[in-house]
Amino acid sequence: MDLHHKPTVDLQGYSPELRALLFDYTLQLADTSLILGHRLSEWCGHGPILEQDLAMANIALDLIGESRSYYQYAAELEGQGRTEDDLAYLRDAVEYKNPLLVEQTNGDFGDTVMRQFLFDGFHYFLLKELQNSPDKGLAGIAAKSFKEASYHVKWSAEWIIRLGDGTEESRRRIQKALDNLWIFSGELYTMTDTEKALAQAGFIPDYSGLLSQWEAHVAKIFAEATLEVPQNVFMQKGGKTGRHSEHLGYLLAELQYLQRAYPGLEW
Amino acid sequence: MALVTQNLTTEERIWKLLEEVSDPEIPVLSILDLGVLKKVQVQEDGKVQVTITPTYSGCPAMNTIAADIRMRLLAEGFKEVAVNLQLSPAWTTDWLTSEGKDKLEAYGIAPPVEPNGDIHALFGRDTVVRCPLCKSENTRLVSQFGSTSCKAHYQCQDCLEPFDYFKCLK
Repeated sequence: MDLHHKPTVDLQGYSPELRALLFDYTLQLADTSLILGHRLSEWCGHGPILEQDLAMANIALDLIGESRSYYQYAAELEGQGRTEDDLAYLRDAVEYKNPLLVEQTNGDFGDTVMRQFLFDGFHYFLLKELQNSPDKGLAGIAAKSFKEASYHVKWSAEWIIRLGDGTEESRRRIQKALDNLWIFSGELYTMTDTEKALAQAGFIPDYSGLLSQWEAHVAKIFAEATLEVPQNVFMQKGGKTGRHSEHLGYLLAELQYLQRAYPGLEW
Repeated sequence: MALVTQNLTTEERIWKLLEEVSDPEIPVLSILDLGVLKKVQVQEDGKVQVTITPTYSGCPAMNTIAADIRMRLLAEGFKEVAVNLQLSPAWTTDWLTSEGKDKLEAYGIAPPVEPNGDIHALFGRDTVVRCPLCKSENTRLVSQFGSTSCKAHYQCQDCLEPFDYFKCLK
């Protein structure tokens, strides 16, 4: 069934430069939600308990749905005849623009919850602001996904508190997850040239404002969870400009298998 | 019946026909009850354009709903039917009709309740959800995520019935 979201955006007034910037940024959002959604979907059937198996599958579905809307809009912005499928399934790892955090492997349930928590706060505050973008395409998708992200952000924060302020074993493991994943949080807020240009033009929020809201959120939850944020760490970055960890290649090999094996297959 | 339908415009007739298309995951609700059907337009050349909006971004029911709409209208003799997906304005549980909410409860799914306070707040107060079976308000949230995107999982503390809650989305 050929059911496509048709953004009612008039792109005529956009300069080629602006379209290229919006394409690049929309693709980055799409890749980020797709890769994290795919990682979460790997839990399906393996969750620690049924309710949490369902929760992760539901959040994965929301993220993959969100990414699909972005891919369709990105294809329209590019206007070169590429489709959502081409963008998701026929680009190699170096062309993917997701931050390193979301491609990190699932580890144990605590690692997954921590990765989700660090991302959810970023996602929530970003979508909240992006709803007001003068670009109607991005604003429309953000307004839809913000409602869903409001549930995600509660889910991951509650688990951080439950595991951190839980047993000795759960605290030890969630603290270890924080120690391992914290180095990937800085990249979320390190603006690329595309992000800087779009923020300058007023199409997306400046990330320094998002960062302070996020810092207050994570500090409050970590305090309640009795967790300690690692100090003086070197923040890793590179994913948003195509320099990825080796994990992404393996993930894409699985995600893109069908389209590579049977070119032209449609969603 | 025939007398009544004769007075309807083609678009009104289509709206009535589409009352028979239901959500495959909650068959008790029609796409009108759900607020998913947004627009019906008949072009001069007779082509029918139907616009629907997804409940959740990743809702897997949308393709089935679109196919069901086409089948229903093709069976009625419409030659060309296109179904479009529209994201904005974003769907909200406010669009569920009150008739739809009653149908949900009778079916065993608690209908959405207005939250106390801001639903988008990082930590809102819990809402009181009534058990669809014994109507007790002494229920507990098991998980914010249930069998489909639109539902949460609850249990009644009085009659012990585990049930789905159609969660509030705004």
